[in-house]
Amino acid sequence: MSLPAFFEWLEGTWASIAIRESILFYPLVETTHVLTLCLFLGMTATWDLRLVGLTMRKVPVSEIVNRLWPWAMAGFALMVISGLLLFLSGPVRASQNIFFQVKMVMLALAGVNAFVFHQTVFRWVEEWDMAPAVPRRAKLAGASSLVLWAGVVVCGRMQAYNWFD
Amino acid sequence: MDLLPFFQWCEDTALGQVIRDSLWLFPVIEAIHLLALALLGGCILVVDLRLLGLGLRSQSAANLARYIHPWLVGSLLTMIATGVPMFLSEAIKCYYSPPFWYKMSFLAVATVYTFSLRRRVAGADPAKVGPVWGRLVALTSLTLWFCVGFSGRWIAFY
Repeated sequence: MSLPAFFEWLEGTWASIAIRESILFYPLVETTHVLTLCLFLGMTATWDLRLVGLTMRKVPVSEIVNRLWPWAMAGFALMVISGLLLFLSGPVRASQNIFFQVKMVMLALAGVNAFVFHQTVFRWVEEWDMAPAVPRRAKLAGASSLVLWAGVVVCGRMQAYNWFD
Repeated sequence: MDLLPFFQWCEDTALGQVIRDSLWLFPVIEAIHLLALALLGGCILVVDLRLLGLGLRSQSAANLARYIHPWLVGSLLTMIATGVPMFLSEAIKCYYSPPFWYKMSFLAVATVYTFSLRRRVAGADPAKVGPVWGRLVALTSLTLWFCVGFSGRWIAFY
């Protein structure tokens, strides 16, 4: 089964119709998706801003990342669950939407960026935890993360406006 | 006091009209509003989590609140600077929207609370504040800001 055919099938499922036609459930899921931004992106932005040197420069980088990590991941889980439910309510239109497509690409890039950061420069964070200057690679990872996540949010919002549908 | 004439005046402002007539201005302003929301939420959470004894525990709440303060003020001002034009573009709709009035009420309370009581408690010596009082202040803050965000999203639905 091709991907478009799968989305076509998905759109006809009981769950998809139920979410689409619900009066309260859909807005509640959407509200959850938006407000969880505070938890997920709020925490992520905090350590990204620390990496680029714009806040909490006297707090060790490792502490900010490690202590806020569980909160950010809880936010991410809620984001994914609510996002999947929103997608499920109208997979055909969403998957054909250019903003959704760009959003998914940026989401993947943000994931790769975070993975590379954790596998490389964050591994020897003890060496620069409190250094007056954060290593350039870490700074770059923080800046890229801020730009990519901002792009994800903007594309996510634009997706609701059907300019190109 | 009937505020409808004032809302009508808002709706008729040049800025409101420009945004209403534009295909992309409202969504762009809305996207910036959302980015500031993530930042504002993060600023509130970092300090409230600390008051609850969670998150960045090696730092005092007073220190965190001080580091975060410019970002808190900056993101709140960005939210207001983007929220007002969106309101101007659909003031009459807002007038008849119950969630709008809830949001504005919660926003007023949450803002005053954050910059008065919460600020004093977060900045005070924890030994004097006591853990129960600190937690209560943090939970109240989280509840108030959650209500602002929740009712804000529902302006679009009702």
